Amino acid sequence: MTKIEASMAGNLWKVLKQIGDKVETGEEVAILESMKMEIPVESETGGEIKAVLKEEGEFVNEGDALFEIE
Amino acid sequence: MFNKVLIANRGEIACRIIRSCQSLGVQTVAIYSEADRHALHVEQADEAFEAGAAKATDSYLNMEKVLYIAKKAKVDAIHPGYGFLSENADFCRRCREEGITFIGPKPETLSIMGDKVAARKQMQAAGVPVVPGSDGPVSSADEAVSFAESIGYPVMVKAAAGGGGIGMEIAQDAEALKKAFSSNQRRAANYFGSGSLYIEKALESPRHIEVQVLGDTYGNVIHLGERDCSIQRRHQKVLEEAPATGLSEGLRQQLRHAAIQAAKSLQYESAGTLEFLVEEDEFYFLEMNTRLQVEHPVTEVVTNIDIVQEQLHVGAGEALSVQQSEVDWQGYAIEARIYAEDPKTFFPSPGTIEVFDVPEGEHIRLDTGVRSGTEVTPFYDPMLAKLIGIGETRAEAIAGLRQALDECNIQGIRTNIPFLQEITRHPKVVNGQVTTNFVKEHF
Repeated sequence: MTKIEASMAGNLWKVLKQIGDKVETGEEVAILESMKMEIPVESETGGEIKAVLKEEGEFVNEGDALFEIE
Repeated sequence: MFNKVLIANRGEIACRIIRSCQSLGVQTVAIYSEADRHALHVEQADEAFEAGAAKATDSYLNMEKVLYIAKKAKVDAIHPGYGFLSENADFCRRCREEGITFIGPKPETLSIMGDKVAARKQMQAAGVPVVPGSDGPVSSADEAVSFAESIGYPVMVKAAAGGGGIGMEIAQDAEALKKAFSSNQRRAANYFGSGSLYIEKALESPRHIEVQVLGDTYGNVIHLGERDCSIQRRHQKVLEEAPATGLSEGLRQQLRHAAIQAAKSLQYESAGTLEFLVEEDEFYFLEMNTRLQVEHPVTEVVTNIDIVQEQLHVGAGEALSVQQSEVDWQGYAIEARIYAEDPKTFFPSPGTIEVFDVPEGEHIRLDTGVRSGTEVTPFYDPMLAKLIGIGETRAEAIAGLRQALDECNIQGIRTNIPFLQEITRHPKVVNGQVTTNFVKEHF
């Protein structure tokens, strides 16, 4: 089990994957909004989403875990 | 003149407005969010009040809270700066209801020019050329495609309520247009509360030239000449200069005349900017910014007119302090926007600015909202400061800016300065031969 983390602090604008979704390495899994810019979050590994840890609209800090993936 | 003015903004523009208030002997009231408690504008104002949580909707965009503070502090007027509430007709009306002057145009003007479809109609009626486009919003992707086929590709999809480059996208064919239509409809609804879109013909390689205007309540309307803001990245300006270089005298006069016609048709009050796209000898109205603009300093430098002071005079019911015949242009000025972002990926770079050492001097003007120790948070626009190079010639102004950029020492966060250094050395920029495609083509 590994975690997909927020690449920077910001508002979690879109959660693009749900539990059970298959994800490839480099695929966009969420979009952060920081300083009025949309920042895609990509998965560094492939696998299946086991848990979605944050909700859309939540403020996240850099390094916060957004998903668990296996 | 007013006794006391509240500045409903933050960052460099709040500091800039405070400076003009001070030079006219007007007291200033700052507002700040939780995240901005230690910001420079808070320190520079005579009084400061917390407006709410870090999210802009809770603080800088919270109309009732801003008005509550304005009444508590007994201010005569509110200067909205740019962004936030500056083009909000409802806020302008609410200020009037509370007996507070909104420093800016009338609410009707904000309503018309804030709706891009209505603005096009207004300009057409005033005899100002507009880019060929749908004269109203298009309701579906299919309608967009059939309209695009009647004017020819490429076309631009634009949010009727949009701004800041958000909700607009160029499309080269029907397939791209369908995609652009649905994604921008969503984005526009999210950002502006309205997903209404319209279609314009996209020009191939235009320049972005804009004309600064000022109007007062006595019907005086003047222009302060033009600026060239063609160097843009994703529809956001990067470098701006005044005057525009390489324009024929005929075209320059036509642009100025069109701007005056447009402003007169609105009985325009306060400062505003008419933006045009220019291709060869043709020009088209793009939009009007009914507020102070980020790049106003370059015009101030070459005209020696303080635009914010003029806004304060007009807001207080006085006439403009200058007449058209007294406006005189001297020298060149070029402005670079310093952003807290990675110079390669352009991703935001929040954090604490450990060192902010940026030169100022006779040939350089610095408008900043930060200093050493300022924390840059993810909640707002990434612009930190503006550096303006000043010279008797264009070459001198660019050289001044280049040197100032080279001397900047900013530590703790990443900035776009390396990108600006490259741009100010590019032969096309040095020779004044850029269009709005420049950044896309060369970086």
